[in-house]
Amino acid sequence: MQATILSLPWLSLAIWLPIVAGIIVLMLGSDQKPTLTRWVALIGSLISFVVTIPLYTGFDHKDGFFQFEELLSWVPAFNMHYHLGIDGFSLPLVLLTSFTTVIVVIAAWEVITKQIAQYMAAFLIMSGIMIGVFTTLDALLYYVFWEAMLIPMFLVIGVWGGPNRVYATVKFFLYTLLGSLLMLVAFIYLYHQTGSFELADYYLLPLSFKAQILIFIAFFMAFAVKIPMWPVHTWLPDAHVEAPTGGSVVLAAIALKLGGYSFLRFAMPIAPDAAHYFSTTMIVLSLIAVVYIALVALVQKDMKKLIAYSSISHMGFVTLGFFMFGQLALEGAMVQMISHGFISSAMFLCVGVLYDRVHSREISAYGGVVNTMPVFAAFAVLFAMANSGLPGTSGFVGEFMVILAAVKFNFWVAFFAATTLIFGAAYTLWMTKRVFFGEVANHHVAELADLNKREFFILAILAVLVIGFGVYPQPITEVMQATSAEFLKHMAISKLPVAGY
Amino acid sequence: MNMKTLLILIPLLPLFSAAIVGIFRNYLPRSAAHVLTIAGVAAAFGLSAYVLNQTMHGFTLNEAVYTWLNSGDIHFEVGFLIDNLTAMMMVVVTFVSLMVHIYTIGYMAEDPGYSRFFSYISLFTFSMLMLVMSNNFMQLFFGWEAVGLVSYLLIGFWFTRPTAIYANLKAFLVNRVGDFGFLLGIGMVLYYTGSLDYKTVFELAPQLAGHTVSLLPNTEWSLMTVTCILLFIGAMGKSAQVPLHVWLPDSMEGPTPISALIHAATMVTAGIFMVARMSPLFELSTTALSTVMVIGAITALFMGFLGIIQNDIKRIVAYSTLSQLGYMTVALGASAYSVAIFHLMTHAFFKALLFLGAGAVIMGMHHDQDIRNMGNLKKYMPITWITSLIGSLALIGTPFFAGFYSKDSIIEAVALSHIPGSGFAYVAVMAGVFVTAFYSFRLYFLVFHGDEKWRVVKPHDDHAHAKHDATPVDDHHATQDDAHDHHHGLGPHDDPHEPGWVVTLPLVLLAIPSFLVGYVAIEAMLYGDFFKGVIFVDDHIHPAMSHLAHHYHTFLHSPAGMALHGFSSIPFVLAASGVALSWFFYMKRPDLPAAIYRRSRLIVCVLEHKYGFDQFNETYFAGGSRKVGAWLWKFGDITLIDGAMVNGTAQFMGKIASKVRQLQSGLIYHYAFAMIIGVFLFMTFLIKIN
Repeated sequence: MQATILSLPWLSLAIWLPIVAGIIVLMLGSDQKPTLTRWVALIGSLISFVVTIPLYTGFDHKDGFFQFEELLSWVPAFNMHYHLGIDGFSLPLVLLTSFTTVIVVIAAWEVITKQIAQYMAAFLIMSGIMIGVFTTLDALLYYVFWEAMLIPMFLVIGVWGGPNRVYATVKFFLYTLLGSLLMLVAFIYLYHQTGSFELADYYLLPLSFKAQILIFIAFFMAFAVKIPMWPVHTWLPDAHVEAPTGGSVVLAAIALKLGGYSFLRFAMPIAPDAAHYFSTTMIVLSLIAVVYIALVALVQKDMKKLIAYSSISHMGFVTLGFFMFGQLALEGAMVQMISHGFISSAMFLCVGVLYDRVHSREISAYGGVVNTMPVFAAFAVLFAMANSGLPGTSGFVGEFMVILAAVKFNFWVAFFAATTLIFGAAYTLWMTKRVFFGEVANHHVAELADLNKREFFILAILAVLVIGFGVYPQPITEVMQATSAEFLKHMAISKLPVAGY
Repeated sequence: MNMKTLLILIPLLPLFSAAIVGIFRNYLPRSAAHVLTIAGVAAAFGLSAYVLNQTMHGFTLNEAVYTWLNSGDIHFEVGFLIDNLTAMMMVVVTFVSLMVHIYTIGYMAEDPGYSRFFSYISLFTFSMLMLVMSNNFMQLFFGWEAVGLVSYLLIGFWFTRPTAIYANLKAFLVNRVGDFGFLLGIGMVLYYTGSLDYKTVFELAPQLAGHTVSLLPNTEWSLMTVTCILLFIGAMGKSAQVPLHVWLPDSMEGPTPISALIHAATMVTAGIFMVARMSPLFELSTTALSTVMVIGAITALFMGFLGIIQNDIKRIVAYSTLSQLGYMTVALGASAYSVAIFHLMTHAFFKALLFLGAGAVIMGMHHDQDIRNMGNLKKYMPITWITSLIGSLALIGTPFFAGFYSKDSIIEAVALSHIPGSGFAYVAVMAGVFVTAFYSFRLYFLVFHGDEKWRVVKPHDDHAHAKHDATPVDDHHATQDDAHDHHHGLGPHDDPHEPGWVVTLPLVLLAIPSFLVGYVAIEAMLYGDFFKGVIFVDDHIHPAMSHLAHHYHTFLHSPAGMALHGFSSIPFVLAASGVALSWFFYMKRPDLPAAIYRRSRLIVCVLEHKYGFDQFNETYFAGGSRKVGAWLWKFGDITLIDGAMVNGTAQFMGKIASKVRQLQSGLIYHYAFAMIIGVFLFMTFLIKIN
C-alpha cells in the first residue's frame, strides 16, 4: 500500500497540477462568472497544496540526499533530462509555495474584480513554476523554470499594479534578467566540462580556482539580485509598492527564497572553494543588509516600502547564515526563510486590508486604527512582534540560531547582526504605533470596518503558524538535519583539481 | 498527578485563562473575565505554594518538557528547574499577581478594556512563570522578552494617549538594547560550553575561569568578565539600571495595577533574579561584580534624588522602585545574592502595597495624581492610610518591618565587601537611606496629613503639567483631557472615599507580609540552607556573605536581636532624620521647600531634566538613527544605487542606442558601403591569422 502511494510522481503533480489548474481557470473563468472563477481557482490551489503534503509525510528525515526522484529523458541530443527530486532544503520551500498560493487566492477573493481569471491563473501557474525551481535537479530545466517565473510576476505587477507599475516592472525584469543571463553562461560552461546538465555531475566536477571564482560570480549575480542582497536590492521596494497584495505576498514569501535556495543548490556546492573565498565578502554584504537596510526602513513613509526594506534586512540573516558554514547557522538561515514567508505574507496582507479600505499605503494617512478595527489591530501587533523577532513567534527562531552561531564565528559579526533586535523592533513598532495607536486620525479611519470573515480566516491561519513554529520549530528543522549535515560535509571538501591534473 | 504535570499546569493555567478571555472577550460577560483569570492565577498560586513546601523539604527537579529544536549536536529544550529559588519566585509572582487581579476588579471597573486588561495580566503571569521556572537560557530569553511584550501592551493599554504609546515604544526599545547584550551573552555561553542548559553550563564554567578572549586586537579580556557583563546588560534593561533606566518612569502611563505588578514587584526584578541564578558564572569574575555593584550604587542613589522633586504620586513610587532595584543590584555585586533575592521578595510585597495604595488614593481623588492637590486623606481613607504607612515604614527600613531586614543586610554586606567600587557603593547606599526616607515621607505627609488642598480651586494647567511631564513625543499632539481616568479630579466640595473591599482586601493582604516576612524568613534565606546548592558563592574570593553570617550568629543571634540592634545603627539614624526633615519641611514649615527650590535653580534644573538622559537619547540615538537612515536612503539607495548605477546604466544604454540608431539611416547605399567595409575587414582578418 505504502509503495503505491510513494510511487506516484508527487513532484510532477506538485508542479503541473497548479499549472493545469491555472489553465482551467483561464478557460472556464471570466469576469462575468466571478464566483465560478474564484471557486475553481480555490479548488485548484487546494488540490495543489494537498498533493505536496505526502512529500512531508513520506520524507525520510535520516536521508540527506535527494528523495522522490523522477528521471525522464527530455532532449537526448543535449543530454537534458526531466529530473526532479527534493531534499531537506527544498521540501519546506515546496510546502511554503503551495500553501502561500492558497492564501493568495483567498486573499484576492472579492478584492480583484477585473480580469479575475487571469489573476488567479497567473498565481496558480507561478506556483507550479516556482515549485519547479525548487525541485529540479537538471540545470537547464531549472533555468527554464527560473526564467519562466518572471513572466507571470511581470504580468501580475504590470496588469494589476499601482500607478508607477511600468517603471517597477521594467526595473524588476531587467535587474533579474541581467543576473540570470550570467547564470546561463555558467551552465553552458559546466555543460562543456561534463557533457551533462545533471546537477549531481556538477557537484563532483573538479574545477580550478579561477573557474570556480567565475562560476560563483555568475551565480552570485543571479541569486543576489533575487534575494536581494545589498547593493542590488533597489528593485524590490519599487516592485512591492506597485504590486497588488497577492503579488507582494508571493514576491516576499517565495520569490526571494528562490535566490537563497539557489545559493545552497548551485553556487555553493558547485564552487565550494570560491564560496569559502568569498565568504567574508558575503558576510559583510549580509551585515550591511541587516544594519543599513534596517536604518533605511526606519525612515520610510510608505508601509509597503517599509516592509520591503524589512524583508531585505531579514534576508540578510539568510545569506549570513549560509556563509558561516556551520550547521546551526545554516539551519537558522533556512528557518528564517520559512518564517519570513509567513510573517512577510501576513504583513503585506495587513497592508492590503488597510489599502482595500482607504486606498493609501502612506503611514501618515492612518492613526488610531485600533479604535475602529480592534481585531485587525490585534493581528497586526502580533505580526509586528513576529517581525521584530519576539521569542514565541517563528521570527525569533532563525535570527536566534544565526546570531548564536555568529558569536562562535566572530563576535563582531554577531554584534552587528544582533542590532536587528533594536532596529527591527524600532522600525516595525514605530510604524505600528503611528498606524494603529493613538486617537482616530481622520474620517477615513473613523469609517473603517473591522475584518470580514475571509480576512480573519487567512490572518488567523498565519497567526497560528507563526506562533506554532515559534513554540515548536522542530518540524521545520528535523527535515533538514541530515541534508544540512551532508551539505556541510560536501562544502568542507575542496574541489580544486589535485596537483598535476 | 505527578509533580511534572503539576508544574506544567502552573504556567499553563494563567495562559489558558488569558487566551480564553483574550480571544472571546466580546462574547463573554465582564464577570467571566475576572472569574476565569482569578481562578487561573489562584490555582497557580496554590500549586506554587505547594511546590515551595515541597522544595523546602528537599524536592528539586531539573527536567525537559519537550525538545524545541535540535541542530547538529546542540539541543534546545523547554524545561523546568525547580528549587527553592524558583519556588520562592513562583510564590511571590503568583501571590502579587493574585492580589493585583482582585484589586483590578475595583480599579478598572469603569474601563471599556476591562476584559482585555485581565487577559494581559494573566498572560504576564504565564510569561513571568516561564522565566523563573526555566532550566535553560533559551527559555529564559523567551520569558524575558515575553514579559517585555506584556509590559509593552500594558503601558500602552490606553492606546489613544500619545504619552502612553510613546512610553510603551520607548520601554520596548530600551529593553531591546538590554536584550541585545543579553543575547550576545547567551551566544558566548553557548559557544564556550556548547550548551544552553543551566546545569551543564554551571558545571563547565569553573574550567573556563582562566580563559581570555580577544575581541579587539591586542586585548585579552577574561571570558567570564565579558560574558557576565553582556548578560548583565540584559539585566540593566529589564531591571532598569542606569543608563537603561529611562523607560521605567514613563511606564507609569499604564494603569496603576500593572505598575504595581510589573513595574515594581515582579518583572523589573527579573534582572536581579537572573544574576542570582547565574551566580556560578558571576562568581568567576570580580571585574563583572564590581561593574554590577557600581551601576547598582549609581542607580540606588541618583534615582532616589529624582524622587524628591516629583509631584505625581506614581512617579515618586516609580523612582523609589528604581532606587530599590539599585540596592538589589549592589547586593548582587557584593556576592550577597541571597540578600538581593531576599530584598527582591520583601520589596515585592511592600512596593506592590505602596503602588496599590497609590492607586486607591488616585481613585479616591477621582484620578488626580498630583500630591500637591491632596492632604488629610487619613480621615477619609483609613485602610489605605494605615496600609500605606506600613508600606512606607517597610520601605525606609524601620526595624522589625520586612524592608529593614533586607535593606540592612544589603548595607552590611556592602560594608563587608572589598571588591573595587565597594567604598563608593557603601556611601551611596547609606546616603540612599536618608533620601528614601525623605521622599517616602514627603509623599506620605502630603497625601495623608496636612490641609485638604483639593478644596482650594487651582488654575487648571497646573495639574495638567504634573501629569504630562513625560518627555516630548516626536509626533506629540497636545493632550487635552482625554478619555479614561486622566481627567477631572476631585471637586472642591467633594469628599474622597475609600474604595470597596476588592481594593482594600489586597492592601491588607499585602500589608501583612510587608510587615512580617522579613522577620520570618531572614534566618532561613540568608543564614540557613534555603539557597544551598542554588546560589553559589566563592567564600575565599568574596567573603562578605560568610562574614555577614558570622556576625549574625555571633552577635545578633535572632531576627529580634537584629531589629533591636538596628535601632542604634547608622542607617536607622539616617532614616529617622530623613523622616524628621520631611516632616519639618512639609508639615511644619511648608514655605521652606519652596524657598530652597527657588534658591537652587541649577540642581533643580538638573533633577527636573532627569540628568538629561531622555534628551540625550532622543537627540542622539533616536534622532541620530533617523538621520542616518534618511541619509542612507536618500544618498545610498536613491542617488548612488538607483541614480548612478541602475538608472545610470539605463540612460547610458539609451544614449548608446540613440547614437547607434543613427546608423540605421534607411539608405541602401549606406548599408551596402558598410557591408563592403565589413567584408573587407573580415577577409583581412582571415588572411592575417592564416
